[in-house]
Amino acid sequence: MSEAAIQMMDVGYQSDGDTWLLQGVSATLERGRTAAVIGPSGAGKSTLLSLCNLLRTPSTGRIEVAGKEIRDWPVQLLRQKVGMVFQAATMFPGTVEDNVLFGLRLHNRPLTDAGRLLELVDLPRGLLTKPATDLSGGQQQRVALARTLAMEPDVLLLDEVTSALDVHAKREVEETLLEIRSRLNTTMLWVTHDLRQARRVADDIWFLVAGRLVEDGPAERLLVEPATSELRSFLAQAKEGEA
Amino acid sequence: MSYLSLSFTLLFVVVSLVLSIWLRLGVERDIVIAAVRAGIQLLVVGYILKFVFASQQTIFILLMVALIIAVAAWNARGRAKAIPGAIWAILAGLVVTEIVTQGLLLGIGVVPFQARYIITITGMIIGNSMVAAGLLLNRLQREIENGRAEITAVLALGGSPKQAVYPRLKQAIRAGMIPTIDSTKTTGLVQLPGMMTGQIIAGADPVQAVRYQLMILFCILAGSAITSIVIGFLTYPKLFTPHQQLREG
Repeated sequence: MSEAAIQMMDVGYQSDGDTWLLQGVSATLERGRTAAVIGPSGAGKSTLLSLCNLLRTPSTGRIEVAGKEIRDWPVQLLRQKVGMVFQAATMFPGTVEDNVLFGLRLHNRPLTDAGRLLELVDLPRGLLTKPATDLSGGQQQRVALARTLAMEPDVLLLDEVTSALDVHAKREVEETLLEIRSRLNTTMLWVTHDLRQARRVADDIWFLVAGRLVEDGPAERLLVEPATSELRSFLAQAKEGEA
Repeated sequence: MSYLSLSFTLLFVVVSLVLSIWLRLGVERDIVIAAVRAGIQLLVVGYILKFVFASQQTIFILLMVALIIAVAAWNARGRAKAIPGAIWAILAGLVVTEIVTQGLLLGIGVVPFQARYIITITGMIIGNSMVAAGLLLNRLQREIENGRAEITAVLALGGSPKQAVYPRLKQAIRAGMIPTIDSTKTTGLVQLPGMMTGQIIAGADPVQAVRYQLMILFCILAGSAITSIVIGFLTYPKLFTPHQQLREG
């Protein structure tokens, strides 16, 4: 039986303004699998992601990472194990190499070959000495990915990592991630607005509406035979948008 | 100076009022409030100081110092309303500044423990430290807002709050110190400092007045550095939750 990388049990999150952004979310992501988190804007997808590495704290329920409740993990260790890549890649001052090795230096961990990490995300070694801010948006996103991968996370949280990129860069970053998954067997929780992307990358689908997990399960079943009217109507609308 | 002579200097306030009305600057009300407040505050302080100086009781000296620090802390807190519990960090910063600077002056025997020295020097040091604290807190909040994405990126890599905020904290501490450093650099060239001017007008030897002024300038320099650093390092943890998340602004 596969081991759960992330297990959510009746998770809720209430914002400072007392609004419930998430309620009663229960789901399991098994090790090595990729779940695409889909749903309309404001459904709570990014909030759900940020609970997994404790960038936000669940108001109710439990989240277990590798069988241990997130609040029982030392926070900094949890965030090294559960890496996160954001929609807008943040580049720190310095070169591409400085950025790729940034996390390792934070923790005084032995520095790996930054060039190898760049190659892992399909960027040439020659970029290492360039100022990071000189790179294109797609290249910056891949440097941010390399920086996260340098920490050797067991789980990757991907928050609309390709939505700010053009079609070409989007496919490149996506292919890089799929290659990494097949090489490293990394578990991925991938928030995306793009249903076609979800079809390409996901083993499982988590469908959220207004803070509730309406439907979840294997992608091949959910995307073909949705059980709920909400998902049917969401897929139909997305199909119209794609046409 | 008699009260009659002093009253003639109100003409300067009238000049400001006339200019404001003439140019429609709309600051007449503020000018009147400022003049009335300054008059009342200084006169009251003058009488209190007269009493304290005459009594020479340690308790009154300490009470005056405590009052100066409390008012300065309350004033600087206005710059940091978004930071929970900032008042305690400010108070700590000002108290440490007072203890270090006055302790050193008393310890090396530069000034005696007398009300006329302790209270006036405290006023100058804490007044400048209050400005440094306000600048620091103002800048720190701006740095945090502008750097939210960068700070979150460091936290997401497992960095500590200190690692996440340190580059921004350094900028804020510099912002607190730089005006004092700059004004120290140009002192005597651009302006004659108030304390020295007062002593010279009162008939003191200018060279003697300069020595006292230098002492004060060095104290103010140290004070702004100590205040900025202590408040900066006590304040940044308040910007994070116990789970090392950056609080919402």
